[in-house]
Amino acid sequence: MFQDVFAVASITRVPLASSEIAGILNLRGRIVTVIDLAVRLQLQASGPAIGRLAIGVEAGGESFGILVDSVAEVLSLADSDRESPPINLEQGLAGVSTGIFWLEHELLVVLDADRILDFRGRAAAA
Amino acid sequence: MDELLRDFLTETAESLDRVDSQLVRLEQEPDNGQVLGNIFRLVHTIKGTCGFLGLPRLEALTHAAETLMGKFRDGMPVTGGAVTLILATIDRIKTILDGLEELKREPPGDDADLIGQLAEMAAAAQMQLVQPRSQEPASCEQSAMQTGAESVEVKAAGATDARPASHALRVSIDTLDQLMTMVSELVLTRNQLFEVLRRHDDSEFKVPLQRLSNVTTEVQQAVMTTRMQPIGNAWQKLTRIVRDLALELGKDIELQMHGADTELDRQVLDLVKDPLTHLVRNCADHGIESPAERSAVGKARKGTIRLSAYRQGGYIVIEISDDGRGLDAARIRTKAVEAGLVNEVDMAAKSEAEINNIIFTPGFSTALEVTSISGRGVGMDVVRSNIEQIGGTVDVTSNAGRGVCFTVKIPLTLAIVSALIVQVAGERFAFPQLSVTEIVRIGAIHRAQRIKSAAVLRLRHKLLPLLHFKETLQLGIGDDERGFVVVMQTGSQSFGLVVDNVLHTEEIVIKPISSKLRHLGIFSGVTILGDGSVIIVVDPNALTQTLGRAAQSSTDHPPEHAMSDERADQGTLSLLIFRSGSQRQKAVPLSVVTRIDEVDCSTIEPVEGRFLMQYRGELMPLFGVDPQSGPRTKGAQPVLVFSHQGCSMALAINDIIDVVDEKLDIKLVDDRPGVLGYAVIQGTSTEIVDIGYFLPNAGDGLFARRASPLGWPNRAHQAIPRQSEPRGMTA
Repeated sequence: MFQDVFAVASITRVPLASSEIAGILNLRGRIVTVIDLAVRLQLQASGPAIGRLAIGVEAGGESFGILVDSVAEVLSLADSDRESPPINLEQGLAGVSTGIFWLEHELLVVLDADRILDFRGRAAAA
Repeated sequence: MDELLRDFLTETAESLDRVDSQLVRLEQEPDNGQVLGNIFRLVHTIKGTCGFLGLPRLEALTHAAETLMGKFRDGMPVTGGAVTLILATIDRIKTILDGLEELKREPPGDDADLIGQLAEMAAAAQMQLVQPRSQEPASCEQSAMQTGAESVEVKAAGATDARPASHALRVSIDTLDQLMTMVSELVLTRNQLFEVLRRHDDSEFKVPLQRLSNVTTEVQQAVMTTRMQPIGNAWQKLTRIVRDLALELGKDIELQMHGADTELDRQVLDLVKDPLTHLVRNCADHGIESPAERSAVGKARKGTIRLSAYRQGGYIVIEISDDGRGLDAARIRTKAVEAGLVNEVDMAAKSEAEINNIIFTPGFSTALEVTSISGRGVGMDVVRSNIEQIGGTVDVTSNAGRGVCFTVKIPLTLAIVSALIVQVAGERFAFPQLSVTEIVRIGAIHRAQRIKSAAVLRLRHKLLPLLHFKETLQLGIGDDERGFVVVMQTGSQSFGLVVDNVLHTEEIVIKPISSKLRHLGIFSGVTILGDGSVIIVVDPNALTQTLGRAAQSSTDHPPEHAMSDERADQGTLSLLIFRSGSQRQKAVPLSVVTRIDEVDCSTIEPVEGRFLMQYRGELMPLFGVDPQSGPRTKGAQPVLVFSHQGCSMALAINDIIDVVDEKLDIKLVDDRPGVLGYAVIQGTSTEIVDIGYFLPNAGDGLFARRASPLGWPNRAHQAIPRQSEPRGMTA
């Protein structure tokens, strides 16, 4: 599902689009719709997309880029260690999270790409 | 087996379409042995393949049909009845083929009825033939030889069926589509490379890149050619449709085709089939008169529908014309007004061409009665929207009593289109070049002006509605002083789009827009420009709708009234002069009038000494009714409608005299409620009506005189038509 991580070099804003959509860009001939994860998770508003990193995702025959602040590492974790998200998790996060992992020093929230991409932009289009 | 079956289905479908049109031709020219030979061969081929594939139902049917056609060859006269029967058989074969495609085997069913009829007719023919052997059976074959070289189309048809074509190859449409996508990518990459080259002047890449470019163009053309099909393919079915229609309607109609070998993209061809069929049906049903009617007006009994296609630049022009009765402009006018599509005032200003184009409006039909073919008022609007969807246009011209001509203009291909790149608020957007008619720079000569919030441009004495693209996109307030107006034509509507800058035109490949953005409506796709950036392609048709919505919500004037508002800054004011109640001339500033309309008298009712009027789902007080005679009881009552802050009222009037631009100078102040005073307008003393008095304000009773009702006309003097609220009523 995850294809690659790329830096946003240039991006085209889309007027009238919902605030989650940072814009569209050309990634080696593919049109990628870039989604600002911070807005999607209802965190603080983030700055311009240019220069930031995005995670490339394929869904429904389309390419999306999920805008993030940084990419740390790739971990292999046992599915059996996953715990379901606590019920008091913030609404923005709870909607897209499928579980929590206990790491050595911190907690890791697992996000589901399909759920990240499933916001009203699509509902209205249907 | 599957492969064989699929090939059989494709081939048979093609053959059957040809048999359809050939049979109709045979009916018209029964002596044409060449045509007969063709049909015979086609049916024979189908029969043979059916036997080979083990399809007993199909084999039995084709065998029976072949036997009957064999009789034609033996000299049996070609009658309408026999042709109808064979056509019915072909329809049955098509049904079975559909089932075959779905179930992968023959659907169950019984064809004894048709086979019986076919055998019966063949037997009857045998009886006839035995006695008067008038014609040499071999004569058909002979004439076939003689005319063999005549028809290119038929020869080609024969060739594919009779001999295995060694120089042709069947390629699946998917492969071609994929090829086309890749070529599109190639074109884009080429454009990008050129963009890079432009920045490095003395590059060693220059020559090889030029060669790459040439090859790319050639590949692009070659791939496009493989997708090209003659438009005749879309026309084949029409022969049959026209024949059946003519029989059903008791008319005599000939279908002529010119330029059937004009080629266009497969995809476009598919999309244009239905609209063309509809237009031809319309000609047959509405256009061509009955034989009796035709001879009564001195025309040939046989009507003609003429299809012609030719190439014009990157477009194909298809004309569908008939020699029928033509469009009845008067009837279109009444019908359109009756259906509430256009009001009478607007109608009066329309040219004949504009009136003819009303037939493409949704919900319009002039047919007196609904026939099984057409007349339900659905169709022509669908025709237009289907054609516009593929970036085409449709237009109609009519010559009363002489016929109608529909002109359909469609692009050769949808894959690569020419686009105009514009800039708004620092962002770039692309528009299909086809919709753009001209570009006007806003400046001293062409000034954008506002009627309240509606922007307009006066272009060659016509008022063009403007859409500030910046406002549509919610990127800021549009600038009336600078920028460019891109004049666009969609259907019969033309409008101007105000943009900051027009950059250039470019050949673009439209890619589908993200599902997250599709619901926005006005964007039809995205594309990658030569410099690698992504830009959005805007759909001009959707913008027209935006324009309509803006007009409904904020424009209260029909544009033609507002023209004179331009002079408001010279101290003059547009005044609407009318008569109401008495014969005395009355006037109100035009800018305060929300609407001039006619209402049906049944919508007016007396309530406790006053009159109320139902209007567009609202109930509003109606003034100006003569208390003695009361409102008119029959017909239409002309009214002026005024609205302010959610309150509306209407003033019943006798007639409208004029709209004038005058300096409003009230000479005599009157104390009567509802009258501001008197002024001399064009030499006649005129009563200036105080609408502020009539319009109920919060807390005021309907008849309570307000403190300073005289305030408004003076303020209206300085009013620049930029204000969004009706002026002068907030005393």
